[in-house]
Amino acid sequence: MKTIDERPVQVQPARGTRWKKHHAEDVAGRSYTFICAALLIVIILSIVYFVASKGLATFFRDGVSLSDFLFGTTWDPEGNNGEPMYGVLPFIFGSFATSLLAALIASPLSICASLFMTEIVPGWGKKLLQPVIELLAGIPSVVYGFIGLTVVVPFLRNVFPGQGIGIAAGAIVLSVMILPTITSVAADALASLPRGLKESSFALGATRWQTISRVILPTVLPSILTGVVLGMARAFGEALAVQMVIGNAPHIPRSLFESASTLTSVITLDMGNTVMGSAHSNALWSMALALMFMTFVFVMIVRLLERRHRI
Amino acid sequence: MRAKLTDKIATFFIVVFSLLIVAVLVGLIGFILVRGLSHIDWHFLTSVPQTIREGGGIGPQLFNSLFLLVLTLIITIPLGLGAGIYMAEYAKPGKITGTIRLVVEVLSSFPSIVVGLFGLLLIVNTFGFGFSLFSGALVLTIFNLPLMVRITEQAFRSVPKEQKEAGLALGLSKWKIISSVLFPVALPSIVTGTVLAAGRVFGEAAALLFTAGMSTPRLDFTNWNPLSPTSPINPFRPAETLAVHIWKINSEGLAPDAAQIAAGASAVLVILVLLFNLFARWLGGVLYKAMTASKRMG
Amino acid sequence: MNNATFRTEHLSVFYGQYEAVKNISLSFPEKSVTALIGPSGCGKSTFLRSLNRMNDEISQAKIKGRIWIDGVDINDPGTDVIQLRQKIGMVWQKPNPFYKSIYENIAFGPKYHGIKNKAELDEIVETSLRKAALWDEVKDRLKQSALSLSGGQQQRLCIARALSVKPGILLLDEPASALDPVSTAKVEELITDLKKELSIVIVTHNMQQAARISDYTAYFYLGSLMEHDTTEKIFTNPEQQMTQDYISGRFG
Repeated sequence: MKTIDERPVQVQPARGTRWKKHHAEDVAGRSYTFICAALLIVIILSIVYFVASKGLATFFRDGVSLSDFLFGTTWDPEGNNGEPMYGVLPFIFGSFATSLLAALIASPLSICASLFMTEIVPGWGKKLLQPVIELLAGIPSVVYGFIGLTVVVPFLRNVFPGQGIGIAAGAIVLSVMILPTITSVAADALASLPRGLKESSFALGATRWQTISRVILPTVLPSILTGVVLGMARAFGEALAVQMVIGNAPHIPRSLFESASTLTSVITLDMGNTVMGSAHSNALWSMALALMFMTFVFVMIVRLLERRHRI
Repeated sequence: MRAKLTDKIATFFIVVFSLLIVAVLVGLIGFILVRGLSHIDWHFLTSVPQTIREGGGIGPQLFNSLFLLVLTLIITIPLGLGAGIYMAEYAKPGKITGTIRLVVEVLSSFPSIVVGLFGLLLIVNTFGFGFSLFSGALVLTIFNLPLMVRITEQAFRSVPKEQKEAGLALGLSKWKIISSVLFPVALPSIVTGTVLAAGRVFGEAAALLFTAGMSTPRLDFTNWNPLSPTSPINPFRPAETLAVHIWKINSEGLAPDAAQIAAGASAVLVILVLLFNLFARWLGGVLYKAMTASKRMG
Repeated sequence: MNNATFRTEHLSVFYGQYEAVKNISLSFPEKSVTALIGPSGCGKSTFLRSLNRMNDEISQAKIKGRIWIDGVDINDPGTDVIQLRQKIGMVWQKPNPFYKSIYENIAFGPKYHGIKNKAELDEIVETSLRKAALWDEVKDRLKQSALSLSGGQQQRLCIARALSVKPGILLLDEPASALDPVSTAKVEELITDLKKELSIVIVTHNMQQAARISDYTAYFYLGSLMEHDTTEKIFTNPEQQMTQDYISGRFG
């Protein structure tokens, strides 16, 4: 056995290959992981560049004015009734209407579910709802669309006037889809509340509901709003499930039970039938640009809410 | 007394709404299974779809979905691991790190149809890969990468920092510590997360409509030449996946039994996603046990 | 003692604006145990961690001053820190074995540093485990996970792991404070054995332990070195009243 006396502490790199090896592998590892991370930036920049370059062509090459595009109510890209018209207001309306309505339906349910998991029956409530939420999140959107088409639409047709298709059907389907998003964000926020907060309220003789409504919910409100915005972002960008149940008529509907369209549903249906580079195709890209813009808006709102929550 | 009554009513509504969610899930799964299971048999799972006649199956679609998933994971895992490790172990707080974090956030909330359009423009047309499994896999990679990065970053961050210090004190390089000390500890959560993410990829359709395509050539399952156009394992052929197929028969299905086929295909899709969930948890548990209890030498 | 091969010169460690270690010059004689004592937050652990540049991992930490090991300033930018750490073993308060087999825990370091021969590795594993007084307890289950060992065994495994790369210096950060009395006694015995070969620096909160196992003792207070002498002197007749008070348990 060698003892330390025979092996003096040696700090300077020994001549040989080992010095090179551990530096080389560090440089290689660092470079590889950095390239992977940088790739994310490259991807997003190219998505923005390509979608924008196509989407802006509508305004710069095809000469459609931005206000005609955003506020025009007639969508007739092939010019079946005279001049082609590229008014996408009905679709913007459809997207906002379905996602707002979906958030309106899903939020109360989600908040109740998160309260159930964390405040009412923290033990088995979580054990019951957690897997339910995860499974709801796991069901593919085409399956939601299929169920919307075979269950929700016929139901609405029987109960309300109209064909059953429309904004209401889209919103109901979307609300189930975004339920998991809002619930899990809200439940995380509730679970991270300090214990003392609740206990001091109970100590003052407040009932559970008083504690929830006056102490707990106001404290976690920014987080719940974050969840709602994330849910709306998902609803706004969802394509197939909505397209299957909304009816796809290109105008602003007069009721919730009348055929309508969203930005995503029109892109889904029309993109395959247009020639790349045509004004019709470019208009679809402009709609994709609008969707992308809304994604940025949603992310910005989430960031603002999170910053406010931190302070 | 009034406060007590309000409390009771509020609690009642919270419980009722929560149980309503459970009922919705049970209803959904029940409906899919009841409608779909009766239609699922070996013939349905293995035969090709029919356009106007009855008795079509989902064989090629099922194969396409699984094959596409494998291709996607082959591309996503090395990239996601790399970027996640960078975020957890190398990135120092600063502008670049902040930017990457924002990018991950934005990328994960991009509508999948927009990602699909981007794939159509760049991968399908500009790069010339056409409607193909390969184009689909690249687009699904973009779709899946942010999730993979988060999973990896979180898994590495939850490894006790004492592990890293022990490696440093032994004179190991940082990369050696990451790859041989931290990675095995992080592996169970990475695997669980990856399989769960795979379930999500499996059900994705919107991003694939214009990249992997909406049709499948007639496949010859005896032809294993990956360059032949009729070979199932040719990555450069168009491929309609199960999820896309469900969408297609619902919007333009002409077969008389389209509704049953949609129900059967939905049931298959949901069962597979459920299996992914169960498998992810099981595998994570097994790996965790293997890491902490009795591990074989080597 | 100023020409000791292992010593610090005017060493200061900053966390941002906060100076956790203030201008400390301290020598560690060869083949002896130096105990660092002082109340919590006195900077002794930070000091210890700077001796093998473990603070490099904390991005806000800044180091001033010099640390000499055999005529090399380890804070010199040209010093190969990875090579350096191989020569300075470290053991922490909480046992932190790798999530690997007992055998792999010991063989991992030597393997990385270029020893591929199985017989040689086997020998290193056995020698290191013997030195850490763990061989007899684990020799029949080397392939089992290190996490299946008890806390005391895990800590001795960590010591064996540190010894596997044949360091000249061993840094111990409260190595026995999380252990039961029997394991503590074993670890202390081990330290006394190991000092025949190594220079050992140990941080401890346990005065009896410092008195039992160390040759020299340094008393830290609020980041400064208050007193440094032979353990005998410090524990029987310290220069400063404050040291006396701390040792006799009047504060801290």
